[in-house]
Amino acid sequence: MFFETLLHEGIDVVFGIPGGYVLKVYDVMSKYEDRLRHVLARHEQGATHMADGYARASGKPGVVLCTSGPAATNTVTGIATAQMDSSPIVVFTGQVPLPYLGSDAFQEADHIGITRPCTKHNYLVRKTADLPRAMKEAFYIAGTGRPSPVLVDMPKDVLLGEDELVIPDSVGLRGYKPPTKGHHGQIKRAVEMLLAAKKPLVFGGGGLIWSGATEELKELAHRLQIPVTLTLMGLGAYPSDDPLYISMLGMHGSYAANMAVHECDLVVSIGARFDDRATGGNFAKFAPNAKIIHIDIDPSTIDKNIVVHCPIVGDAKLVLRQMLDLLPAKVKNDRKEWSSQIKGWQKKHPYSYKQGDEKILTSYTIDTLSKITDGEAIIVSDVGQHQMWVAQWYKFKRPRTHITSGGLGTMGFGFPAAMGAKFAQPDKLVVGVCGDGSFQMNLQELATAVENRMDLKILLLNNGPHGMVRQWQTMFFDGNYSASKFGVLPDFVKLAESFGAVGLRASRPDDLEPTLREGLSTPGVVLMEIVVDYEELVYPMIAPGGAMNEMLLGPGAQLGNLADVADMA
Amino acid sequence: MRHTITLLVDNESGVLSRIAGLFSARGFNIESLNVAETLEPDTSRITLVTSGDDFIIQQIIKRFNNMVNVIKVSDLTDEVRVEREMVLVRVDARPDTRADILRTADIFRAKVIDVGARSYTLELTGDKDKVNAFIELLQPLGVKEIARTGTVAMKRESKAVRKGEER
Repeated sequence: MFFETLLHEGIDVVFGIPGGYVLKVYDVMSKYEDRLRHVLARHEQGATHMADGYARASGKPGVVLCTSGPAATNTVTGIATAQMDSSPIVVFTGQVPLPYLGSDAFQEADHIGITRPCTKHNYLVRKTADLPRAMKEAFYIAGTGRPSPVLVDMPKDVLLGEDELVIPDSVGLRGYKPPTKGHHGQIKRAVEMLLAAKKPLVFGGGGLIWSGATEELKELAHRLQIPVTLTLMGLGAYPSDDPLYISMLGMHGSYAANMAVHECDLVVSIGARFDDRATGGNFAKFAPNAKIIHIDIDPSTIDKNIVVHCPIVGDAKLVLRQMLDLLPAKVKNDRKEWSSQIKGWQKKHPYSYKQGDEKILTSYTIDTLSKITDGEAIIVSDVGQHQMWVAQWYKFKRPRTHITSGGLGTMGFGFPAAMGAKFAQPDKLVVGVCGDGSFQMNLQELATAVENRMDLKILLLNNGPHGMVRQWQTMFFDGNYSASKFGVLPDFVKLAESFGAVGLRASRPDDLEPTLREGLSTPGVVLMEIVVDYEELVYPMIAPGGAMNEMLLGPGAQLGNLADVADMA
Repeated sequence: MRHTITLLVDNESGVLSRIAGLFSARGFNIESLNVAETLEPDTSRITLVTSGDDFIIQQIIKRFNNMVNVIKVSDLTDEVRVEREMVLVRVDARPDTRADILRTADIFRAKVIDVGARSYTLELTGDKDKVNAFIELLQPLGVKEIARTGTVAMKRESKAVRKGEER
């Protein structure tokens, strides 16, 4: 019943680990082997990140199957990660038989209670006959509206029960009607604001990717000659080689993008939620001269952090299409002054690094990777300094090629999510970019990758300490490097080899490019360890709580009383 | 500011925790909460009274609307509405206070619903102020225990709650 329903929903990969209360499901799995692939993860957190990576790379829901108690609690970090970044995953957990619920039975936990705040919805299935309906609703809820995780809890006796398989044709949920088109009157107002603006700016987020709105956005930007900046989650939604693209904004965004937000007279936010890392966190000083149009599918993001002038609730692709339809055939799109102001900022402080002869810089590594792969690889980054350098230096061209844990900032996400992305896009080059700290948080999945004969590349940037922690300690805690340096690190090359993967290492700038080229062209699971300079810091940086025009641009920057604002981190 | 919010929800387990969870996540207290079936047994009406920053209450209401189990939400705070709650009060009944208790009950049109050797139990329905005043007047006579239902509310002329009307 379980697998029939999964197949009916078009699912062909499941990431999971068997255990007590789901053994019945696993018992019948072999019957479906030819139509459904099961990936045996080594840890349920890994399985959940794989499902998340799969969802982000494919746009289809990722599926996790595991047992109760510790297995279910292990998925929680992965579920919360998916929720913060609006990724549709459906997690199926086993549960103790209904009569034992709440009795502290072996491997019992309150999955519904624990995951309630980090799922869009969850189900405890009480009757065998209800299982297909609950599963169908779970996929519908996860994949429509603002994509999000859903959990389905399946007690053992419900799984053991026999009943006629009836998969409903449609979903009828009276309390759930996801928005689609935007309100016509609001769209008219937005178009008027766009036509009247002198210095408009598109502020695009991850919603553009989930909605598939890249073409519509390109058309709008080009017809009106509006510069486009993207949040971390939005990277890839707009091609970085387009002349109107002015790179990422936010805490480690480009000087030009952040200045543009500060100076513009109209912000058109599409599928973004004004999170503190994207806006600098000082909501009062955000875009002080601008009117704000906020297009989002989730009404609860409207007026949450920033009070906006023209909210439009709807799907980004449909709303942009509605806006394009209302644009007059000929529009005045001569914005010489605004574009030359932006070009000036771009020239004044582009992203930069100075690669010496001794130690490899991470920024240089990512820049090289971007050039070698021509911006065409799917890059799945982990969390920390390297994540920011990926965002700055990798020149993404297409949606769903940049995958990272932006909202929750989950270290350990990158590697298993890269595996999930590779399952979703087996023909594409997928590179998991990790730090030494984050890789160690889920490295057990190397076994899973090798077992599945994956063609997966891992770029491990080994700088020794927790780099971003160290950066904050340098900048805000007087260089008191408390607990940020690892006393012991494994030999990552030997580690990879012990799992049956290929390990390579580069520690001198001259070796970098050959190592990358060799690693990327070697089949199988290849770990490329790059020993990088631990003293490199990510710039520009807006100190937490700062306004977007208050950027620290390099090591010589005045730090002033930054320790005061560090409290807001 | 004090808000009276009413919700129509699926009548199933776990719904109340979802509702309450949004308040606890924001560190807000729920002053009173009332849940019961409507005319349709699969639907419950929740009436909830809370105090807090208007901006955050608006956020919470939007999140209610996002919930799969919530069918309709309405903030009645700025609406013309009727509000009632019921209270049961057990009062010490000594020979010298019995007459006072009954007189007070009579003035408030409360009913005596249980009589014992040592106490009377009174039932009163009214808005929050009336209930408060009633309890206050009985206090000197020796209130042993009270049980209040919390507010239930409806718009006047009983316009049905419309979804998303706070927008």
